[in-house]
Amino acid sequence: MLQITEGSHAVAEAVKLCRPQVVSAYPITPQTHIVERLAEMVADGDLNGEYICVESEFSALSSCVGASAAGSRVYSATTSQGLAFMAEVVFNAAGMRLPIVMTIANRALGAPLNIWNDQQDSIFLRDSGWMQIYGEDAQEAMDLHFIAYKLAERHDVLLPCFVCLDGFIVSHTFEPVDIPSQKEIDEFLPAFNPLHRLDAKNPMSFGMYATPDCYQEFRYEINAAMIRAKAAYREIAAEFKAKFGRDYTGLVEGYRLEDAETAIVAMGSICGTAKDAIDEMRDAGEKVGLLKIRSFRPFPSEEVRTALKGVKNIAVIEKNISIGSRMLGAVGLEVKDAVYKDSPNIFSYVGGLGGRDIRKRDIKQIVQWAKEGRNDCFFGLREELLK
Amino acid sequence: MTAAELIAMAAFKSNVYSQAFPAFGVERRGAPVQAFVRFDDRKIRLRSQIYEPDYIIVQDITLLKDVNVFAGLKEGGIAVINTEKDVENAPAGVKILKINATKIALEVLGLPIENTTLMGAFAAATGEISLDALKASLNERFAGPLAEKNIRAAETAYNIVKGEM
Amino acid sequence: MALNVGAVAAPGHARNNKTGSWRVFCPTLDTAKCNKCGTCALICPEVCITLSGEFYSVDYDFCKGCGLCAEECPKDAITMKKEEK
Repeated sequence: MLQITEGSHAVAEAVKLCRPQVVSAYPITPQTHIVERLAEMVADGDLNGEYICVESEFSALSSCVGASAAGSRVYSATTSQGLAFMAEVVFNAAGMRLPIVMTIANRALGAPLNIWNDQQDSIFLRDSGWMQIYGEDAQEAMDLHFIAYKLAERHDVLLPCFVCLDGFIVSHTFEPVDIPSQKEIDEFLPAFNPLHRLDAKNPMSFGMYATPDCYQEFRYEINAAMIRAKAAYREIAAEFKAKFGRDYTGLVEGYRLEDAETAIVAMGSICGTAKDAIDEMRDAGEKVGLLKIRSFRPFPSEEVRTALKGVKNIAVIEKNISIGSRMLGAVGLEVKDAVYKDSPNIFSYVGGLGGRDIRKRDIKQIVQWAKEGRNDCFFGLREELLK
Repeated sequence: MTAAELIAMAAFKSNVYSQAFPAFGVERRGAPVQAFVRFDDRKIRLRSQIYEPDYIIVQDITLLKDVNVFAGLKEGGIAVINTEKDVENAPAGVKILKINATKIALEVLGLPIENTTLMGAFAAATGEISLDALKASLNERFAGPLAEKNIRAAETAYNIVKGEM
Repeated sequence: MALNVGAVAAPGHARNNKTGSWRVFCPTLDTAKCNKCGTCALICPEVCITLSGEFYSVDYDFCKGCGLCAEECPKDAITMKKEEK
């Protein structure tokens, strides 16, 4: 049933429905409302799990690693500096192949200190071995948690997963969401069945020492699992669609791409604004469409190439900057790699950093720039502040 | 932000899609903040802030000195302002609706928290949300006597504005 | 040998590594000089010197021949002797 709620509270509801046995998190804006609500649920007895109060994000994910290795379904959430502080454990969790699901309420990284949205935080951990999926609105962000647990826990995948939503823009917005019932989620998401687990009667060590004669093979295996995750994701999202009617089956999703000459490529909440801008441009006779990247890891190169076949100009909106890279944005590099054989014009446009608002007119300007062949650059830049 | 949430909730209860969000950052109660609400017959995808509102609600008249609260307000738009005094600098073609919400809130709630009173005035002035939807959202947000008092505050303002129209 | 997912394995134990094979010099005790003060047992980094019976003795499965016990013995009761293997 459709009800109106805050994005963060929709996510907390979704997590509760997944029945995590352990939640461990450290509050940080703009993730706070998610974990506050989960703490209330545990305290009120609505969520039958353990909420571990820790002194830092490093400990939050470390206790998740322990609990997951012990065979529990575990959950955490963080953002920005908190995720950066976790970084060492982020890599360890993936290496130990622990199917932890962690919400990232995307936020800029300091310095300078900034609590507002961009996607630099999750993107800087793109090589960690965690899957990364991005929700456009509260509904999608919520639903991706159900899919994430099922995907992460599959024995042919066994990788942890970030479910990303734009901080404030989705986390703090009140909007209608359809929250499934516990019965429906129980039918969709079975209990976690660990491949290995810590057990005092049958001792095991996780993430053992690997010398040069086998370390590389462990990395190969993690990558192979990440590649298998693409097909696994599609299967699980198809099951989700069959049960709930909402369609997230694509690792990417096209919007009005048919006969499009120019395509915007974007991740997260900006896709909504872009769709409205595209409708207006289409009404004015412009052949414009959108490709939404739902999964950044694994990166669906084949799907991107297929979806953008025949498009002349591609404008990638980057809420991140890969400092020192000629193309500026991390997403653009991936997209360019996917489509290079088809030789379209492709550019990264960096903007919306640190919460800078992105409007329909910005989207229209970017489309114009791509058509003119304007090179990779920032948009919405306040030139008057620059010397 | 509470007012924005409650208006979005009331609109949602009137069977339209709605969206409410703060101009993120400072969320201490009483600090000067902006919050935005959108209504639509179809799902709302747009995520930018609102630059050209149809309506504005000004909770604190002292803000008029520091901020151009009327910026972008559409021709024929309505400004619901918590004051009894004359409003200077109001642009032409904008309808100004004054109500002393602080007085009503103090009388009914005993506290200078004007959110729910201004909601009542907004509902009456714009017709965007019904009194019943407003009451239903207040009942959902608040419990027992608090819900009752807030409904009384909203209804008082609603009736005053309706009477003036 | 195939890799285990997540580098998961049964844990090992230091007791299984009989590091005594590394030894070149072997501590030997002169019981006539020893006053059983226990300094050797306290100082042994392998914790392989224990009081057994009347005197302290060395577990040669784990003694690496580091010589700390001989160096620290206040009575010079321990000497390091080249071991013939």
